[in-house]
Amino acid sequence: MIFKDLRTAVRSNIREYGMYIALVVIMGIFTITTGGVFISSRNIANLLNQTGYIAVLAIGMTLVIVIRHIDLSVGFLSGFLGAIAAIAMTAWGFPAWAAILAALAMGTLAGLLTGFLVANVGIPAFVASLAGWLIYRGALLLVTLKTGTIIIPSKFFNAIGNGYLPDIFPVDSTFLPDLHKLTLLIGILAIILFNFQSLRDRKNRQTYGFEVPHSDMFVMKLVFISIVLGLITWVIAGYNGMSWTLAIVLVVVMVYHFVTTKTVLGRHIYAVGGNPEAAELSGVSVKKITLIVFGSMGLMCGLSGILFASRLQSATTTAGTLFELDAIAAAYIGGVSAAGGVGKVTGSLIGAIVYMSLTSGMNLMGTDISLQYIIRGAVLVAAVVFDVTTRRAKS
Amino acid sequence: MSTPILEMKNITKTFPGVRALSDVSFRVTPGAIHCLVGENGAGKSTLMKVLSGVYPYGDYTGDILLRSAPQKFRGIADSERAGIGIIYQELALVPDMTVFDNIMLGHEIKNGLTVDLNETIKKATEMLKKVRLDLNPSTKVKDLGVGKQQLVEIAKALSRDVSILILDEPTAALNEDDCDNLLDILRALKRDGVTCIMISHKLKEVIRIADTVTVLRDGQTVCTLDAASGEVSEGVLIKHMVGREIDDVYPKREKKISDEVVLDVKDWTVFSHGLGRTVLKDVNFHVRRGEIVGFAGLMGSGRTELARSVFGNPDGYRIAGEVAVEGVPKRFSEPRAAIDSGVAYVTEDRKKNGLILIQDVKQNVTLANLRSLASRGVVDANGETKVAEDYRAALAIKTPSIGQTVVNLSGGNQQKVSVAKWLFVKPKVLILDEPTRGIDVGAKYEIYTLMNRLVDEGMSIVMISSELPEILGMSDRIYTVSSGRITGELAIKDATQEKIMQLATS
Repeated sequence: MIFKDLRTAVRSNIREYGMYIALVVIMGIFTITTGGVFISSRNIANLLNQTGYIAVLAIGMTLVIVIRHIDLSVGFLSGFLGAIAAIAMTAWGFPAWAAILAALAMGTLAGLLTGFLVANVGIPAFVASLAGWLIYRGALLLVTLKTGTIIIPSKFFNAIGNGYLPDIFPVDSTFLPDLHKLTLLIGILAIILFNFQSLRDRKNRQTYGFEVPHSDMFVMKLVFISIVLGLITWVIAGYNGMSWTLAIVLVVVMVYHFVTTKTVLGRHIYAVGGNPEAAELSGVSVKKITLIVFGSMGLMCGLSGILFASRLQSATTTAGTLFELDAIAAAYIGGVSAAGGVGKVTGSLIGAIVYMSLTSGMNLMGTDISLQYIIRGAVLVAAVVFDVTTRRAKS
Repeated sequence: MSTPILEMKNITKTFPGVRALSDVSFRVTPGAIHCLVGENGAGKSTLMKVLSGVYPYGDYTGDILLRSAPQKFRGIADSERAGIGIIYQELALVPDMTVFDNIMLGHEIKNGLTVDLNETIKKATEMLKKVRLDLNPSTKVKDLGVGKQQLVEIAKALSRDVSILILDEPTAALNEDDCDNLLDILRALKRDGVTCIMISHKLKEVIRIADTVTVLRDGQTVCTLDAASGEVSEGVLIKHMVGREIDDVYPKREKKISDEVVLDVKDWTVFSHGLGRTVLKDVNFHVRRGEIVGFAGLMGSGRTELARSVFGNPDGYRIAGEVAVEGVPKRFSEPRAAIDSGVAYVTEDRKKNGLILIQDVKQNVTLANLRSLASRGVVDANGETKVAEDYRAALAIKTPSIGQTVVNLSGGNQQKVSVAKWLFVKPKVLILDEPTRGIDVGAKYEIYTLMNRLVDEGMSIVMISSELPEILGMSDRIYTVSSGRITGELAIKDATQEKIMQLATS
């Protein structure tokens, strides 16, 4: 009985679970081929830190693709904004926090500008953002022309891409000596919160008299997700604990997840993606939504630029090269549909991790870069083929 | 009577849930101009699509005989080869290409590997001469008026050596001069031995040009009339077109119409940049509280443009005129503004621009008024579910759950979801554009009952429809629309199908 329920549940949600399964499979393969090095806490920590600057771009890109547009300018925009932050700190004497705010604000403005060209002027997003790609590439070269690579001296700023959350117990304490206690605590809190929230939702729905899943199924789901969260926490706590990058990405994902699933704005974004004409006739301003989505994309470029500059502890003349394509690939692997209206930010996060896992795993295996590109391309095609065929099977 | 050049025998064509053609037979004598008339949805265009191979052999039952030889067209290419050319209502020209390129598109004259430009232009010029179009063949199509584009379309068909030319409402978008010119050219083609089949809603021009007229109604042939024997007149045609009696498919209601005017539109003139012409001119109408006002008009008469221009003008028309809701003058800059003032619009084509097909019932129902369910921008998910469940029950929407994706529902249930969305904004005036198109009789009855209930509760309804029985069965008052003008206003007690048809085709 339970198994039958489980099977139908998996089958009907195969699209949603597909990339989780893919991630597990990919991680499993690399763990075997690298003799366990891949799944080590140290490697996973590195992997997640490398994913950060692509993940935030992929999250912004998700919404852009959902409303049937594309933004090619994000790579060099993020490189340019990273350079701006570096210059603000070194040449203009900005404190780190002010430099960060400046990069985020400029990013948002740049995004709004692209959005304006697309929404109000009616230029295809591909062209408008291709122009942005050229312009920001030039701008990046221009601001780094005299200095070349700019070394960032701020410890605070560099910690964003390289540092970890401090622990609550002294490092040499005898209590769980090899684990990062604060990370464990966060993990445990997350598990408790998740279970509590799920129970409350279920109870709420019951008081309204709505249908809820069978209690066995419900408990199984809770147990399963709790175990997965626990394992992830354990692995992350095994090295230096949660990095600032991971913390920032998680906060961004949570905010975007909340906005896209729970708010009027989120629903309007998906309505515009699903059928712009119907949305407009239902009183949703397609222009406004387009502006907001591109503005958010710009904000994410700022964040991505900061994460990348901080990770390298410097701003380089080539920062951001090809980030746009990595972000777009991550979003597609994560299940975003080019036809519009379909795609989750959590999916894109997983997509970004899948994409970076491929890089990380193949690097560990010593795979030649030429083969790496080919395999990444094949995975991208496979993901989209999967997406298209499951959608066709459904309708 | 000479042997027919074309004969269609016992053609039956069904779409899922609808029988579009049922046992239709149709004969055309060589060199005749044969007109096909009937209401919207009578099956005229479907019949022509069967003939031209758009619906391939096997997709329908029945036989097509061309000069007594049976034909099995698997596609347009087959019917073209057999000498049948079709010109659709929507022109199929590439605007940015030249006239000669368009004429020879798909049949390019080649000189080895490349297109032989000189031969192409020569042939195109010949064809243009046939349609009496005196222009440089290197002109781009987009620089021509609609009338000339229509002629280029005919020249294109002629370049294929057609013996039978099908024209689907060729004059719908033309002004009177272009119309006269087109009819002259058809006569000239007739002298050259080309047989023409023309679908038209404009009965006056049918009477002017037709040798034979076939009337279709509800997917069946009603009769074929011969002009030479004096059988064809407007009255006769209208009688055959509407033909049926109005039965009990329209639920009765007690009328509670107040004198208060809820929606008042004055001197409404609308210019469409897209079409490059004025689509509505000096339109005046009003709607009272608790009233169902019917708008009768054929496709392309401007009725949908009227609804959309009033409803916040999403198409960006240039508009002159005034609109007032409950006596307060309004200027709607976008649909949101119209909705906020209590005007709602259920679109003509629910799939294209009414619903978000990939989303579920719940999301579609609440879309237009999501804000009312939210506090600080966060949607109350349970409240939303409750609203959707309420409408599902109230409108008897048949769906396994409100989480079902709308694309999987039947047409009638999709329409109910569409209506539910607009009821949830609690409008004062509900504009329904073809509310029962493509849905079955049972669902129609439910929609009618719902309309009655709504006006009973004090709502006002504007119903745009090309189905005359529906207009007569549901309306309290009727406006007829033709060529962008209101051509008549009838109280229900004075209205008959014949009168409406006459006004709507004038």
